[in-house]
Amino acid sequence: MSAIQPPAQRIWWKQPLDKVELVWILIAFTWCLVMFFMMPYWHVYGKQNLSAETYRTTPDAFAKKAQEVVDKYTVRTETDEKVPVVRPPAGGDVYLIARLWAWWPILELEKGKTYRLHLTAMDYQHGFSLQPENINVQVLPGYEHVMTVTPNRSGTYAIVCNEFCGIGHHKMVSKLYVVDK
Amino acid sequence: MADATNLFRTCPRTGLQWHKPSESLIKANAVAAVVSLLIGGVLAVIMVLTRWQAVHLVGAEDFYMYLTAHGLAMLAYWIIFFEIAVLYFASSTLLKSRLATPRWGWAAFALMVLGVVVNLVAVFRGDSTVMFTSYVPLPANPMFYLGLILFAVGALIGCFIFLGTLVIAKAENTYEGSIPLVTFGALTAAIIAIFTIASGAIILIPTFLWSVGYIKSIDPLMYRTIWWGFGHSSQQINVAAHVAIWYAIAAIVFGAKPMSERVSRAAFLLYILFLQLASAHHLLSDPGLSTEWKVFNTSYAMYLAVLASMIHGLTVPGAIEVAQREKGFTKGLFEWLRKAPWGNPVFSGMILSLVGFGFLGGISGVMMGTEQLNMLIHNTIYVPGHFHATVVIGTTLAFMAVTYFLIPTLFKREVMMPGLAKWQPYLFGIGMMVFSLAMMGAGTLGVPRRHWDITFAGAALPYEFPGAAWLMLGIVGVSGLVAIVGGGIYILITVGSIFLGKPIDVPGYSTERGVLKMPVSAALTGHGHAGFAAPGTFVVALVFLGSFILYYFVNWKYLSTVWGLS
Repeated sequence: MSAIQPPAQRIWWKQPLDKVELVWILIAFTWCLVMFFMMPYWHVYGKQNLSAETYRTTPDAFAKKAQEVVDKYTVRTETDEKVPVVRPPAGGDVYLIARLWAWWPILELEKGKTYRLHLTAMDYQHGFSLQPENINVQVLPGYEHVMTVTPNRSGTYAIVCNEFCGIGHHKMVSKLYVVDK
Repeated sequence: MADATNLFRTCPRTGLQWHKPSESLIKANAVAAVVSLLIGGVLAVIMVLTRWQAVHLVGAEDFYMYLTAHGLAMLAYWIIFFEIAVLYFASSTLLKSRLATPRWGWAAFALMVLGVVVNLVAVFRGDSTVMFTSYVPLPANPMFYLGLILFAVGALIGCFIFLGTLVIAKAENTYEGSIPLVTFGALTAAIIAIFTIASGAIILIPTFLWSVGYIKSIDPLMYRTIWWGFGHSSQQINVAAHVAIWYAIAAIVFGAKPMSERVSRAAFLLYILFLQLASAHHLLSDPGLSTEWKVFNTSYAMYLAVLASMIHGLTVPGAIEVAQREKGFTKGLFEWLRKAPWGNPVFSGMILSLVGFGFLGGISGVMMGTEQLNMLIHNTIYVPGHFHATVVIGTTLAFMAVTYFLIPTLFKREVMMPGLAKWQPYLFGIGMMVFSLAMMGAGTLGVPRRHWDITFAGAALPYEFPGAAWLMLGIVGVSGLVAIVGGGIYILITVGSIFLGKPIDVPGYSTERGVLKMPVSAALTGHGHAGFAAPGTFVVALVFLGSFILYYFVNWKYLSTVWGLS
């Protein structure tokens, strides 16, 4: 008579369903379908979808491209390390390097404008975590991930590393500025 | 000559028949599990007292090392040792069969213990601080991977002993009809375990070769894809195992019969067929995989693994409700629940496990498994919030609950300190519920997981988290300590009872053995109620669904306010 004994009938699969189970299965299944359809729906009508545009890259190749942008569009430097603050033209490509234990360079973007943000890691895996917006993306070495981003609020943001990357992990944090025109 | 392989004893209280070699193996694995839990629990104290930012107990290097060990001790060792015990119990004991190849069982056990020792030595040497996930190219000592591989091989042998025992039971006609539902659930767990361990081998063996310098490099995305076939599938073993235990406890405490064998077994099958949904959702915020791949592989277009858990979430309490109503607790919607034995830790542990797993672990898990929503919490402390609800409240608490049943029948001892045992599930379960919720709260505020210091001490450009995040981490600290006290009481009672508990006088071993008979039953019908057999459970299920829908869409609303991304 119980779950630790064999079923009471040899042909147990012919036992009719109780109504409560049947109704619940139908409701739950409908909900599961709704949850699935939300994802493609958001790709069509939503404005927040993670890009899948990715290229193979190497630290050298990526650093070269990042350096070109830094050389062209640096507006000032910050901290003792003289980290360049880069303000690329709206619609342009911006490069962000994750490495032990820093993000480089600092970006300054314009509110409401769209940028192609290229991300890669130079050494270990890192985590791009934009605060307080709370957008979180994995950053892998060897992969150049191109996300199209459109900041919708001006202010000072932080980029925190949220993938464990060794002893200095907690020091891997940087700024990102979004300015009004 | 008394050949131990033919010796059985029958427990007078439960009627369970124990095969002597199987009994010893179950005991050994259960004890190794509790020892692992103790190690993980001591480390948990350090974890909560360090992440509680106001206390911030240990330094960064120690924190990450202990966190690596905590994850391994809890997620791998405690749970898998216990699961091997459950597999032997569900095959040999429940089917009244002899266990297949006990010697291999001991070899498996020895390999697992050796694996644990090798792995933990590597971690505590301090050169394998790579977390449970050991993402390449973060390097660990080769012993780290070797230990894991040895442990996994041992567990794999255990799975095959389980399958072998099913074959023996069938061949020797130790039971009539089909295997019990609980054994079916254990079979599900074993099948998933074999797949899981194969995935682990496919990625950990090359990673071991990489760590000794034989292979030049391992692609990080490939590593993540295959590793999660191991890392999350292993959690599906837990789900199958603890759901099987829920059914077992409903049967043991209430004599509850599954509402419908067909539905419950089909739901277990869905776990196997839809195994990879949860593995893929770890990759939702990764580069290099197409959107279609992500959307399809985290849902297979219909989330039937979620459906399976929603079914079990209804049918387990539903079966209890039906059993209680048949005993006359028919007043209103909830008399059956009010009159349940809330002071019996076997029941209270199981019901808290079920509720916590469903409401906290389940809902948060599906949110995380949604392609776009994942970006809101990926790698934040929300993630450990979720899996402490599933693995700690769901699996661990279910294992704790069934331990109180096993101590008298398996170890032949009375449970010590029954007054304390009564409170243990509440202390542990409710402590963990608050803990998980607070972690999810902190994660929603952006607090990263696996992070030593959210003040970013020493960083040139620190970020200041909102005060609410600090508050959440404070709650994590306090509730974590409450849960740890609950866990400590469990270990105290278990170890105390096994070694010092009042012995129970039971008949000795003999070569006589019974056959597991099919219960006598009436016609092939349902429960025969005109309306709903379990209306109270159905109402609770609707409340669950309402919370689920609300929380799900709140997150979409939140997503719609963040930066445009495409």
